[in-house]
Amino acid sequence: MVDGPLALPFYPQALPGRFLTLPELPLDSGQVLRDVRIAFTTHGVLAADKSNAILICHALTGDQYVLDTHPITGKTGWWSTLVGPCKPIDPQRHFIICANVIGGCMGSTGPRDLDPATGRPYGLTFPVITIADMVRAQAALVDWLGIDQLAAVVGGSMGGMQVLQWAAAYPHRVRAAVPIATATRHSAQNIAFHEVGRQAIMADPDWRGGAYLEAGTRPERGLAVARMAAHITYLSEPALQRKFGRTLQNRANLSFGFDADFQVESYLRHQGRSFVERFDANAYLYITRAMDYFDLAAEHGSVAAAFRGTRTRFCVVSFTSDWLFPTVESRQLVRALTAVAADVSFCEIATDRGHDAFLLEEPELEAVLRGFLNGRDRSRGAS
Amino acid sequence: MTAAVTTGRTGRVDLDLILDLVEPSARVLDVGCGDGLLLEALVDGRGCEGRGLELSQAGVNMSVARGLSVIQGDADTDLADFPDQSFDYAILSQTLQATREPRTVLRELVRIGRHAIVSLPNFGYWRVRWSLLATGRMPVTTALPQSWFDTPNIHLCTIQDFLDLALLEGLVVERAVAFDAGGRRRDIRSQRLANIFGQQAVFLLRR
Repeated sequence: MVDGPLALPFYPQALPGRFLTLPELPLDSGQVLRDVRIAFTTHGVLAADKSNAILICHALTGDQYVLDTHPITGKTGWWSTLVGPCKPIDPQRHFIICANVIGGCMGSTGPRDLDPATGRPYGLTFPVITIADMVRAQAALVDWLGIDQLAAVVGGSMGGMQVLQWAAAYPHRVRAAVPIATATRHSAQNIAFHEVGRQAIMADPDWRGGAYLEAGTRPERGLAVARMAAHITYLSEPALQRKFGRTLQNRANLSFGFDADFQVESYLRHQGRSFVERFDANAYLYITRAMDYFDLAAEHGSVAAAFRGTRTRFCVVSFTSDWLFPTVESRQLVRALTAVAADVSFCEIATDRGHDAFLLEEPELEAVLRGFLNGRDRSRGAS
Repeated sequence: MTAAVTTGRTGRVDLDLILDLVEPSARVLDVGCGDGLLLEALVDGRGCEGRGLELSQAGVNMSVARGLSVIQGDADTDLADFPDQSFDYAILSQTLQATREPRTVLRELVRIGRHAIVSLPNFGYWRVRWSLLATGRMPVTTALPQSWFDTPNIHLCTIQDFLDLALLEGLVVERAVAFDAGGRRRDIRSQRLANIFGQQAVFLLRR
């Protein structure tokens, strides 16, 4: 265990937070990852009976800085809408754990790291990882922290997939599970969008077959395009219309060229540019792949079978305008949980902000999460 | 709400009677749980393990925010998801008359719960009868407050109608209680009298 800041090769700067190294991690692919570093943050104090630990799982481009200022962007923690003093997940009451997923690029072992076998960056020699592999690494971290049972595991989007994997793989270790804006498997449409992003990265000549670190290049254009395409899927048509409409960017007339005439174009270009400053292109390939491979029913025979006999309390949340992980997919999960007599709540929240709503100020989401985590039945609540 | 928390009572005679019918610490499914008033009293006052099904998303979100386990769903279509005998009690309060297929819903309740508790407004109540007789128009009373064109109640019945259905389904009526407009309870010994003087009724049933 190391307390940061930790300087790592190929990183723009030293990373604050904590770092645990596991000697090895067996992967679903059959390969074994050696010297696996898990970058994580903790907030709050673990109760003497260790009953107040909440694990937060981040989404595709998220990281462990759920509450702290981000070391690269300088922005406040990515979930400070729900996590923080007097928020539903509260460091004054809970011991909050958030770890960067393996395969990621914010300190946990991923394709940007040096392969201990060769001393060279992994690049595409990094093994393909799965959501279950990410969760296996988190379980090892939770073990190391001396925590047997988590009061709750909470996450949105890919974080929600990890929540479901936790509840399916370690039912006795999860008292409450909050999968938000997620699904039990990645849909064909979502795989298709991911493939567009990956192809954009691989089509960038600076990608160099994945070996860009050694070549000293960065596939920034490809990664930016991947981000721009993905970003559209996180919003909704009404939200884009409300925010931008057809408003022109710093001009009174159309340019009759291919500048960013429209505000929405300028906005997307900005999203792409700022993303490449903090994210690694190969990590984007690996993490999107892990999401594509996620399919609880394929692994267990059916979604219901994945949760048979569970004692975990579930609170499933979806958003009306989310077309990436639409409510119908959450409802299928709820039906499966109902069929195995699980303790499940299901809230669909009305908003026009699309998939990204889980990261934004949504008072109803906050109220629902607070109510669920506190619980009416005190013996089984998370506080 | 606070009344329910502190006394385990809801302030509604039909709901309070349901509370009395439920054994402490039972597993309870409240179908059509609204904003969770009864469920909260069951969990807080009776130590039950309570779950709810509610049609309105606003009701669901309000209930979950109050710490109750509730999912959005329709009694007519979504009870099929629940496994057999997975609850001690399946409760349907003031909702049967608003379902599309009351007979199927009743079957589902006794399939899911070891006991079913059903409460409903009595269309045989004397004021209802009188209102129809005297005015020649669909009755509007305190128990049936909406006009015919606004009401969600598409399958109204009388106490005797419901008992006939229970008989038809071969159900055991373990307890039947009617109460008048003043909230006074009377156990249904004389069906004929209860069907006249009962404004609402609560039934405890099993297969």
